[in-house]
Amino acid sequence: MNTIPIWVYILVMALVTYFIRAVPFVLFRRRIQSRFIRSLLYYMPYAVLSAMTIPAIFSSTGSIFSACAGFLAATVLGLMKKSLLTVAIAACAAAFITDLIIVFI
Amino acid sequence: MNTSPPRLTFYKGLLDGIPIALGYFSVSFGFGIQAAAGNLPSVTAALLSLTNVTSAGQLAGLKIILEHGPLIELIIAEFIINIRYALMSISLTQKLENTFKTPQRMLCAFAMTDEIFAVAASQKEHIRPKYFYGLMLLPIIGWVVGTFSGAVAGNILPASVQDAMGIALYAMFLAIILPPSTGNHPIAIAVIASALISVLIAYLPMLSFISTGFSIVISAIIASVLAALFFPVKDEIQEGEENA
Repeated sequence: MNTIPIWVYILVMALVTYFIRAVPFVLFRRRIQSRFIRSLLYYMPYAVLSAMTIPAIFSSTGSIFSACAGFLAATVLGLMKKSLLTVAIAACAAAFITDLIIVFI
Repeated sequence: MNTSPPRLTFYKGLLDGIPIALGYFSVSFGFGIQAAAGNLPSVTAALLSLTNVTSAGQLAGLKIILEHGPLIELIIAEFIINIRYALMSISLTQKLENTFKTPQRMLCAFAMTDEIFAVAASQKEHIRPKYFYGLMLLPIIGWVVGTFSGAVAGNILPASVQDAMGIALYAMFLAIILPPSTGNHPIAIAVIASALISVLIAYLPMLSFISTGFSIVISAIIASVLAALFFPVKDEIQEGEENA
């Protein structure tokens, strides 16, 4: 039987997460000279979020249909440059309504 | 309408943080529901959110906690899922005003989330500590209060609502990456390439041994290397050159 208290798990998680964020943030002082590295850092966050979203978003709701509806709503509103909140609510609403409709089909 | 460039004040940071805070409230509400479903006390769930402030990492961590998994698994999982923050942190150091000393950096690093990074990185000016304090304050509150509310009251919500809220986080990610993609085709190419590689890893049987955490890292690195090779960026902030 494992007897590690929950607070130890939470502390370990918090420390790992904090050090990953803080060590590079504190240590990198100089402007990076390499144009390639600067380009890499410029594109990286967008690429990370993209890989996190696709394909995971398609299994994030009650069914693939509601997930597609939510994805479509978020994509259209995102391309229209709506706020984070608007896009998130619209996607949830689209997914919610789609799953409601599916029940009746 | 005010057409002069907005100064990056504490107040502007607070305002920019409002949509993130509201989004975090709804997303962390879902996390609170899951924590309560695993019999984690509400206060413990809120403490978890306060000390970590990370969506994907907390979700993976919660699973390991509820399974009483080994600490080494927790450490490896958190490291792989959160390594993107290191990339974001390095990226943002290139945009910091020189008033960012070690204490300011140590404090702000705590709140380096996908959304806070994206909003800070998309500013046209150098980032000042006060702006970042304003930007991080409400999202952290929203994240913790949302978790607590979800853990306390989440079970009242019907399953259909909980299911629909599962997409909120991903919708927010799309809302971050799509607007810059429309005005900047190299970003669009990086975004599409990363998504394609991620899909290939998820669905090609020969690549199915790669875990989700690794898949994100591999997709992002290949896509950004390609984008950096074919579309190297110009200097956006010229005055930064003088400090180099």
